[in-house]
Amino acid sequence: MASPAIVLPEHCSEEKLSGIWSWITTVDHKRIGVMYGVSALSFFILGGVEALAIRTQLAMPNQSIVGAHFYNSLVTMHATTMIFLMVMPLSAAFFNYMVPLMIGARDVAFPRLNAFSFWTFLFGGLFINSSFFFGEAPAAGWFGYANLTSIQYSPGPGVDFWALGLQTLGVASLAAGFNFIATILNMRAPGMSLMRMPVFVWMTLVVQFLVILSFPMITVALILLTFDRMFGTNFYVPEAGGDPLLWQHLFWLFGHPEVYILILPAMGIVSEVLPVFARKPLFGAPFVIFSGILIGFVGFGVWSHHMFTTGLGPVADTAFSLATMLIAIPTGVKIFNWLATIWGGSIRFTTAMLFALGFISMFTIGGLSGVMHASPPIDLHHQDSYFVVAHFHYVLYGGAILGLFSGIYYWFPKITGKLMDESWGKVHFWSSLVGLNVTFFPMHFLGMQGMPRRVYTYEGGFGWDIWNLCATVGAFTLALSALIFFINLLKSLANGEQAGNDPWDGATLEWTLTSPPPVHNFDLMPKVTSERPFWDQKYGSTHGHDDTTEVAEEEQLPAEIHIHMPPASYWPMVVSFGVITFFAGLMIHPVVSVVGALTVIVGTVAWTFEPE
Amino acid sequence: MSSDHSAVSVHEHPPPSFGVPNLKLAFWLFLASDCMLFGSLIATYLSYRGKDQLFGNGPYPLDLFSVEVTTISTFDLLMSSVTMVLAVAAIQRGNMFQTRLWLGLTALLGAIFVGFQGYEFTHFYLEGLKLQGNLFGSTFYVLTGFHGTHVTLGVVWLLLVLATTFTKHRGMVTHLNVEVAGLYWHFVDIVWIVIFTLVYLMEYTV
Ligand code: HEM
Ligand SMILES: [Cu+2]
Repeated sequence: MASPAIVLPEHCSEEKLSGIWSWITTVDHKRIGVMYGVSALSFFILGGVEALAIRTQLAMPNQSIVGAHFYNSLVTMHATTMIFLMVMPLSAAFFNYMVPLMIGARDVAFPRLNAFSFWTFLFGGLFINSSFFFGEAPAAGWFGYANLTSIQYSPGPGVDFWALGLQTLGVASLAAGFNFIATILNMRAPGMSLMRMPVFVWMTLVVQFLVILSFPMITVALILLTFDRMFGTNFYVPEAGGDPLLWQHLFWLFGHPEVYILILPAMGIVSEVLPVFARKPLFGAPFVIFSGILIGFVGFGVWSHHMFTTGLGPVADTAFSLATMLIAIPTGVKIFNWLATIWGGSIRFTTAMLFALGFISMFTIGGLSGVMHASPPIDLHHQDSYFVVAHFHYVLYGGAILGLFSGIYYWFPKITGKLMDESWGKVHFWSSLVGLNVTFFPMHFLGMQGMPRRVYTYEGGFGWDIWNLCATVGAFTLALSALIFFINLLKSLANGEQAGNDPWDGATLEWTLTSPPPVHNFDLMPKVTSERPFWDQKYGSTHGHDDTTEVAEEEQLPAEIHIHMPPASYWPMVVSFGVITFFAGLMIHPVVSVVGALTVIVGTVAWTFEPE
Repeated sequence: MSSDHSAVSVHEHPPPSFGVPNLKLAFWLFLASDCMLFGSLIATYLSYRGKDQLFGNGPYPLDLFSVEVTTISTFDLLMSSVTMVLAVAAIQRGNMFQTRLWLGLTALLGAIFVGFQGYEFTHFYLEGLKLQGNLFGSTFYVLTGFHGTHVTLGVVWLLLVLATTFTKHRGMVTHLNVEVAGLYWHFVDIVWIVIFTLVYLMEYTV
């Protein structure tokens, strides 16, 4: 049967799609995904350099390689960068690139809003980091506890950069949240019911709900902070009756859902990678999905486990302790499902698979220490010690980042058409695994021995010296592993082996396309009859009834298909620019803010009247 | 759309799998998000309520509130929801004149509400309630100020829709557009009812 000729609009022609301008004005979810990925990896380098500076300062007691204040800036910027400018946008890179492909859509629901999210994120990230050149980088911690952030204790501009920058990033995330929920709910290919969606798409959906419901709370917390600092209000000022704990409540009401915003995408990726390389469907997929949803819900009810030492009283402590222990149950369910998936499978130990397996084991270690500080009397000893630092690095590096690396090795061939080098990939994996354990495992001991977190130096002779040195050696191992990764990435990009459409024998729709996929993704809307459409097509249905190919072949196809694609637009970037100008203006001069606000209004109106 | 057998145009997206148009769905999501925003602001207000009395730091709400004036402005905003409903009904019937009329009236009632708020703010300020003064001042101005900003943006939006009906773009003023603007408008209205109850009326109970 002859396949129909595809006719694309003129603005999708080869020469219209090259050059820098085509990237600035693009509304193609795939290109936006690539831009998210490149930005996130660049910020990864920046955050990594900050981490190395921190570990160098702490390598031995009583050092003063960086001063106390600059050390505070380094920890603040390291965490802010890794969380908001690395893990979140790298996840967003995969949401952007993969979700439309996996659900069989041509693009997201609002392509220009998608471009707006990206540019706003990028401008926000650059804005926060520009503080290094304008006097003072934020130094009050990524959690920005009141009243350390007050004018009295943080007189420099750092906290303003931080608050306004996070506000900007919030705008970007919220816009993306509305967009992706609408995309996932509304743009699924025929036959792709909710329960047939790939688990990665499900986790994306949960994450976006967490985003749209939790970000407004930090928005308010930051607005109040900005008012305190700029207009002299007293929201967090104890002398005037304000309560610094209000900040902690609002911040952690956002902050705990945020940790699931960081981990669920990685869980989704691992749930895609394990079945493919174990050649077995995901064990108990509905349980994995419902556990993810449950984690999302309960995640809103545990925030005060970050506040056990503030004296909330026994009733509140008990309730939050119970909720926190409960949330470990769905988390455990997922871990057992992943284990059952690889159980008895014919496993291929590719780099992507190794990273996924690394994810399971390292994340479990982090989860276990998490359950330990779910108990208030124990947490009284953990809080503000290196034990907590060990916990969140196991879940964040061992969890989120290993998971995201797995995703990079898995999808790189789809995105670039080239395979990544597997031998170097394995070197990357093993050096990461060793490096991260050498860095973060000793932090458990340090915490147990009473070393507080957030200190720029320490006295010798407490038994801390050796573990600190060990952690520093580990950190440089991790830096080396990252270097290997970047070299591998660039080398594979330049002259990697051709990947073909389906290098891993994938099960989901993205592998039915060419690598890289065409601008319009799908010639014909795929018809989906199970949760593993491509495996069905290749090996016959695992469900006993008709499969994808048959349905497509029976249909009478036209000779020519005209496909509508949204045209490029520079308005999203203009509006983003207006947003950042507005926020920057609050620090510079009100007139600048007014100009920013007008740019937003004019840009939005122009955008509305643009032909779609 | 050309439908000779040799070429088809795949112009439209397939129908929304969820049954609600994208724009409307996204707007519902935005409203859910905005609920959390106002929820946090209201929670802040309530958690600081009455604290100034402990510090002897006036003025206090009952020194300033005039429940009559605020009841009138609340009634005005409620009426604007009625006119908004009529605007949606009018565009549904394809009656452009009535659509314009009700959209214009809604915007006017909204502007009157903002006017009331401007009056109230000035009055309170002159009576000594400063943004920087006490907790009541900070929480009151920020909470009601944010709501007022929402109303103001709503008025601008309605006026833009109204203006569009007089341009060559009038085809863009669809039922869906007006309905979405209406969703926003009713939401802002409901939030005010909550604020009116918790901030104003609650002061008059024991
Ligand atoms: C089994 C699941 C988990 C439990 C029971 C748990 C529990 C906790 C508790 C009780 C604390 C407060 C410790 C203290 O400050 O004294 C904490 C801190 C933290 N957790 Fe978890 N956690 C879990 C998973 C995660 C995940 C998946 C992430 C992120 C990907 C994460 C990131 C963090 C971070 C960043 C902190 C420290 C925040 C700070 O003080 O700066 N946790 N966790
Ligand atoms: Cu938490």
